[in-house]
Amino acid sequence: MTALFYIAAAVAVIATVLVVTRRNLVHALLYLVISLFAVAVVFYTLGAPFVAALEVIVYAGAIMMLFVFAVMLLNLHADSPRAVPRIAWLGPVILIAVLLAEVIYALTVETQPLAGAEVGPQAVSEALYGPYVLGVELASMLLLAALIGARHVAARASDEEEAAASMERGRASALQPAEQVATAGTPAAAEQGEA
Amino acid sequence: MASVSLDHALVLAAILFAVGFAGLLTRRNLIVVLACIEIMLNAAGLAFVAAGARWGQADGQVMFLFVLAMAAAEVAVGLAIAIRFRQSLKSLDVDDADRMRG
Repeated sequence: MTALFYIAAAVAVIATVLVVTRRNLVHALLYLVISLFAVAVVFYTLGAPFVAALEVIVYAGAIMMLFVFAVMLLNLHADSPRAVPRIAWLGPVILIAVLLAEVIYALTVETQPLAGAEVGPQAVSEALYGPYVLGVELASMLLLAALIGARHVAARASDEEEAAASMERGRASALQPAEQVATAGTPAAAEQGEA
Repeated sequence: MASVSLDHALVLAAILFAVGFAGLLTRRNLIVVLACIEIMLNAAGLAFVAAGARWGQADGQVMFLFVLAMAAAEVAVGLAIAIRFRQSLKSLDVDDADRMRG
């Protein structure tokens, strides 16, 4: 497990440096996924399989999907360089292949974690819903607040656009009768002037 | 031997945090800045898990779950702000938002 730890740590550092240095935004995000996978392998070698699984599911799955969706929503084609070198797939493939080989080796050959005894899901759950149950409630409140806040912040732009559009419509419909009054008023005024 | 590797897990957490912090300071793209914050939070979680593994307790993993929930909340609000940023300033460069006006 010691060698597995160091290899996964090296992959994590390399992938993280590539996240920071890549110009192409989507490439940087995909290297971040690799970095999170590598940290998940590190967690496994440290004897924390539950957290390793959550790292893959929540970080590499949910949070990175949120990032990719945001990039799609932002429509960044103009900002990122279009010409991608054909060899660009090689780096991620090598890093992921190293991690896959490590996981297979760790699951089949060498299953003893670094710390001696692994702390499994049952121990974590007992701690989570025992002494830390207040923290769980607070985390759920935080997530609800973040959900409402994100909806409020992201939706305000379209609301404002709608409000501006309806204001335009209202101004147009308010102008039309006024113009009619004005055009109808001028002959009357002219008549009055003549009289 | 085992404790040496666990110390090295803390070193790995420090390296990842430093790389994320360097990216936070140097990159100007708002999405990459958020990704760097994720890297830093992940490094902090790694330190928690390493400490928990050092003493064979579950508390480190529980703290990592809280860091995870906090990161999810942070990234949801952060990406919503990024979408607003893009709509109002027509760019994703954090330097475009150096004035506190409307």
